Amino acid sequence: MKVGAAPLFLALLAPLLIAADKPVLVPDISARQVQIRYSFTGAQLLLFGAVVYPGGRPPDRQVDIAVVLRGPVQPILVREKMKIAGIWMNADSNRFRSAPSFYAVASSRPIKDLLDERTAAIYELGLHNLQLSPGGGALPEKERRFEAGLLDLRSRQDLYQENSQGVEINGGVLYRAVITIPSQVPVGTYTAETFLIDRHKVVAAATRDIQIDKSGFERYVALAARRHRLLYGLTSVALSLALGWAAAAAFRRRF
Amino acid sequence: MDIYLPIAGQSVNALLIIVLGFLVGLLSGMFGVGGGFLTTPLLIFYGIPPTVAVASAATQITGASVSGVMVHMRRGGVDLKMGGVMIVGGLFGSFVGAGLFRLLQASGQIDVVIGFLYVLILGWIGGLMFLESLKSLGFLKTEDAEQTRPRHNRWVASLPYRWRFHGSGIYISPVAPFALGFLAGTLTVLLGIGGGFILVPAMIYLLGMPARVVIGTSLVMILAVSGVTTMVHAITTRAVDVVLAALLLVGGVIGAQYGAILALRIKPDMLRLALAVIILLVALRMALGLAWRPDEIFSIEYL
Repeated sequence: MKVGAAPLFLALLAPLLIAADKPVLVPDISARQVQIRYSFTGAQLLLFGAVVYPGGRPPDRQVDIAVVLRGPVQPILVREKMKIAGIWMNADSNRFRSAPSFYAVASSRPIKDLLDERTAAIYELGLHNLQLSPGGGALPEKERRFEAGLLDLRSRQDLYQENSQGVEINGGVLYRAVITIPSQVPVGTYTAETFLIDRHKVVAAATRDIQIDKSGFERYVALAARRHRLLYGLTSVALSLALGWAAAAAFRRRF
Repeated sequence: MDIYLPIAGQSVNALLIIVLGFLVGLLSGMFGVGGGFLTTPLLIFYGIPPTVAVASAATQITGASVSGVMVHMRRGGVDLKMGGVMIVGGLFGSFVGAGLFRLLQASGQIDVVIGFLYVLILGWIGGLMFLESLKSLGFLKTEDAEQTRPRHNRWVASLPYRWRFHGSGIYISPVAPFALGFLAGTLTVLLGIGGGFILVPAMIYLLGMPARVVIGTSLVMILAVSGVTTMVHAITTRAVDVVLAALLLVGGVIGAQYGAILALRIKPDMLRLALAVIILLVALRMALGLAWRPDEIFSIEYL
């Protein structure tokens, strides 16, 4: 009994020891806040950081990094057009309760080479693993069709991006990825997630928040349109009347 | 030069929008139409969300028609009494239009209905104007040239309670211009158009108003109804983008001035022929849009 106690004790402790031996991600973003001003045409975010290995030495094999930037989730209704009696009209629709308004994933290798399908689905890595929560109890076939339509539409608007060579790893320790945000993204809190993937397993993860907000005049106008509707409407009409009158007055001499 | 639109939530090329406003303003001043039937589709084509495009186009129509109204006012080309009756009709029409808009939006068929109405109305009015102006320009032989046409439409003449409209020099029932205003008001909210291209021919062919006062009076009507529409949109859809409207206005009001000057130098029949061709082209484009496979099969609606 005394002979076997020490190895057994070590065996029980092993998971804890290994956990302490796991590498740690130290991520950062080039901007914690993105201000939307009059000249905003989109933004480039640099997601970078370092991997701190226990003992300070990276392993000999290649490890991989995937970064995900996602915008606030919105409930949406996707409509599909069909040709009915010679006219293209909306024929069918499907509801998605949790479609991210923006989703960009960048990785050092294609996601399907990094993780098995189940793990990728758990971490929502890759466009086809997004949890969109379709509603309405539709047939799975129809749901797939609408999901493909949504992904295709938003991909072409650059609202959904997947870049399998978007992460650059230097010396197995430093990583960097550039993600471009188009100008039509909604405001809100965005999250940047970083995953360290080693031998088909996620071994470390870290999350940072980014605020995207309108500022200055743009913020003022957006707030006014929401809170003081009547005043905003009157101002718009007054502005158009004033501009119209000014032009007429300026051109009066020409007659 | 890119500028961010706070309500539309995206950036656009400011110069392009100003030029678009100028061209539409030019038409507005020349023909007495609001030009919404061009602004709205072009803005949507540029990628502006449809509700924002419709709402902001209404604002631009107001501005473009102010300068037009002032020009025509000075020339005595406005029948204020007739305009007043049509405005009252237009106000009722815009509320009905707002109700219809919500109903159609909920059913998801708003795009098709808008497209269909555009093709139907633009094709019909454009075709009518095209033939008429060809006849009066002498390009087309008319068979019934000898037959004297009645001054007013038979239906309009049969309506009761006739009023005397001194500005136009006609004696008709106010029900006719009221109904016309109602129709234009409904279309303003529903289609984001001023309704001028319907008002102008209807005032000439149905009410028998002299061409001298038609453009000015229709502009007064458009001014009032588009102003109300802007308010309706600001309160219900909250889709009026004041920055987009201002950009459109800067081009639009200047364009309207040049348009009004041009209108004085060109033969009225030629002017009508040109407007007919533009309307028919827009109708054709819309018809193709309905029948051709659209670029986007799927569309997203936010809940």
